[in-house]
Amino acid sequence: MKYAIWIAATIVGGLAAGAASAQTLDAVKSNDVLKCGVNTGLAGFAGPDPNGRWVGFDVAFCRAMAAAVLGDQDKVQFVPLTGETRFTALASGEVDYLSRNTTWTLTRDVDLGFTFIGVNYYDGQGFIVPAELGVTSARELDGATVCIQTGTTTELNLADFFAANGISYDPVPIQTNSEALQQYQAGACDAYTTDASGLAASRATFENPGDHVILPEIISKEPLGPLVREGDDQWADIGRWVLNALIAAEEYGITAENAADMAATSENPEIRRLLGSESNLGEILGLDADWAVKAIQAQGNYGEIFAANIGEGTPINLARGLNAQWTDGGLMYSPPFR
Amino acid sequence: MTSIDTHQEPFRLGMLLNDTRYRSLTIQVFALAAFILTTAWLVSNTVQNLSALGKDFSFSFLGSRAGYDINQTLVPYTNNSTHARAALVGILNTILIAILGCGLATVIGVLMGVLRLSGNWIVARIAAAYVEGFRNVPVLLWIIAIMAIITESAPAPRAFRGDEASASMLFGAFAVTNRGLYMPWPVLGPGWQLVVLTFLASLAAIVFLRRQARRRQEETGEILPIFWLGTGLFFVPVLLVDALLGGPITLDYPVLERFNFAGGGFVDKALLALWLALSLYTGSYIAEIVRAGILAVPRGQTEAASALGLRPRRVMSLVILPQALRVIVPPLISQYLNLTKNSSLAIAVGYMDVRATLGGITMNQTGRELECMLLLMGFYLLVSLGISSVMNWYNASVALKER
Repeated sequence: MKYAIWIAATIVGGLAAGAASAQTLDAVKSNDVLKCGVNTGLAGFAGPDPNGRWVGFDVAFCRAMAAAVLGDQDKVQFVPLTGETRFTALASGEVDYLSRNTTWTLTRDVDLGFTFIGVNYYDGQGFIVPAELGVTSARELDGATVCIQTGTTTELNLADFFAANGISYDPVPIQTNSEALQQYQAGACDAYTTDASGLAASRATFENPGDHVILPEIISKEPLGPLVREGDDQWADIGRWVLNALIAAEEYGITAENAADMAATSENPEIRRLLGSESNLGEILGLDADWAVKAIQAQGNYGEIFAANIGEGTPINLARGLNAQWTDGGLMYSPPFR
Repeated sequence: MTSIDTHQEPFRLGMLLNDTRYRSLTIQVFALAAFILTTAWLVSNTVQNLSALGKDFSFSFLGSRAGYDINQTLVPYTNNSTHARAALVGILNTILIAILGCGLATVIGVLMGVLRLSGNWIVARIAAAYVEGFRNVPVLLWIIAIMAIITESAPAPRAFRGDEASASMLFGAFAVTNRGLYMPWPVLGPGWQLVVLTFLASLAAIVFLRRQARRRQEETGEILPIFWLGTGLFFVPVLLVDALLGGPITLDYPVLERFNFAGGGFVDKALLALWLALSLYTGSYIAEIVRAGILAVPRGQTEAASALGLRPRRVMSLVILPQALRVIVPPLISQYLNLTKNSSLAIAVGYMDVRATLGGITMNQTGRELECMLLLMGFYLLVSLGISSVMNWYNASVALKER
C-alpha cells in the first residue's frame, strides 16, 4: 500500500513536471520528431493507409508542421487518441500538437489550459439514420436510442437539442468512432450523432452508403482546429502561422508542386514574404527562412489537402461549403504575412 | 576474580548507528523524514506546475450544471443537474453493479467449486473448463466479448415489428433485444402498501419457522419438513391479499413504439454484459477458493458424519461447509474488492458508472483531472474499506469460537 502511494505520487508529480516544461520548439528540435495527437481512426481525417503510413486531413497538418519545424514531413510520431484521452495527453506533454477534429470552445481554450491556433474545418453536428426508418428530420427522433462518442461536445449539444425540442432519447455512450459504428450498424442504436464531416466519412466506409441518410439538421457550430498547450506562445505562433500559410497558399495559388518555383520567381511581395524570399518572417518565428515552402510542399496547400483527403471525388465526398476560401464565399481567411 | 561492570556507558552520538538499542530508532526517524520530504516535494511540485499551467485546484466545478444525459439513473437526474449529482448517479450505478456482481459471482463460484469436486467425471471437467477458461483471460476481453455477442446475436427492436416479424417476445412479456432486456414492471396502485406489508410478514414468518425447526432439531434431532410450508408462506398470503384488494399491483408490459419498446422495465445491455462478465470472471476465482476451503476440511470429518448416518447433502451443509467457510471467507473478501474495482472497466461497454460520469464526461468537460481522480480514488477506497469491514464482521461470526 505504501509503495502504491509512492508510485502514484511519483506519477502525478512526473506528469505535472512534464507539463510545465516550456520551450516546446527546442524540445521538438532536440528530439528531431514532432509528437502529434490524432484520431484513432476516422476515414479521411486520420488513419493508417494499407502500407501503415498515417494519412488524412488532420494528419496532413501534423506533417506540414513537422516539415516547417524539422524540414521533413515524416519526422512525426503519431499518437492515436480517443476523445477522452486527447486533452490529458496534450496537457501532460505526451503530444506537442493535437490535430484531432477538436471543437474550439471557450472553456477548452481558457479553463483547460490550451491554445487553439485556428480553425481548419468548420463543422456542425448532425445525425445519421438508416433510410428504412423513414425519418426525415431530427425532430422526429422522439424515443430513439442515439449512439454518441463520449468525451466530446456532441454529448452536450445532443442533450441541449433534445431538451430544446421537448423530446426524449436514450443515450448510448461509446468511446471510439469505430465502436459506435459497429453498434449503429448492428441496429443497437437508431441514430448516430457526431460532426457532419465525421458522419460523411463514416458513411463512405459502409457496405451500402445509400441505405443511410444524414438528416438535414445541423444542431451546433463545431469549428475544428489544431491546438497546443497554453503558456508557450512561440510554439502556438508557429502552429498558427503554419496553418495560415497553408490557407494563404491556396489563395495565392501556391501548390506543393510550384512552391519552390514561386519562391524564386514570384514578383508578388506578399508571396515573396510568405515563401521567405524577402523579409525575415521565418527568423521571427524561430524557423528557417523557407519554412512555409517546406510546409506547403509536404501535403500541398489547404485546398489540396482538402481535395486529396475529404473533398468531392474522394469516398468522403464533402463539399467545400463554409470551408471555401473567403474569396469564394467561405470562411477560410488568412491574416496578412508581413 | 572478575567484577561485573555495572558502569553505565555514557551516551555517544556514534551509538545511534552502532548500538542496536538505538539503531532501529535512527532508521525510523530517517525513513520518516525522507517520506515527509518526498511527499512535500511532490505536493509542492504539483501545486507549482498546476499554477504554471494556469490551473487552480478547486472542487467548485461539482456545483455547476452537468449538461449531459445519462442512460441509467437510479435517482432523478436531468442534464440540468449538477456535476455532483451526475457523480452520485455514477456512484449508485457502481454500487448496483458491485452488489449484483458479488451476488451472482458467489452463487456461480460456490456451485462451480462444489461441482469441480464432484465424483461425476463430466461434471467435474466442465467445472474445471469453466474455471480455467475464465480465470486465465483478462476480464476486459470477457466484458467486450459478451457485449459483442449480445449486440450481434440479439435482434434489434425493429425485428419485432410487423406481421412477419423475425423475432417475438418471450411469453408475450420479455423482449430480448440488442439494446437490452425489456420486461414487465410492477405498477403500484392504491393499497399496494398492504400487499408489501403482507409479503414482509410472510418473510418474517418463514425466518421464524426456520429458527423453530433448527432449535427443535438441535434439541431432539427431529428434522421438520418445513420446505413446502415455507414455499407456501412465500406465495399464498401475498396472492390472497392482492386478490382480495382487487389487484392493486399490476404489471406494465413493454410495447413496441416508433423506435423502441416503451413502458415496462428496461435493463441496459451494458449492465447485462458487465454483470455477466464480472460475475463469471470473479466466480471462477471464488470456485477455486470454495474448492480449496472444502479440501481443507479433513476427510475424517466426512467419514465421521457419514458414520453417524447423515446423508451426503447434509454432510455438506451441516459439517463440511460451516468449517470450510473459515478458510473461504478471508480470500473471498479480496475477490469482492476485485470485482468492485474491476467494475470501473464499465466504460468499455458504455455503462455509466462513477468512472464514466465523474472520471469520464465530467472530467473531460471541466478539465479537472487531478480533482476528479482524487475524488474517484477516495470513493473506491471508501467502498473497499466498507466491503472489507462488513466481510470481516461476517468472518468473525463464522470463525472458530474459542471458549
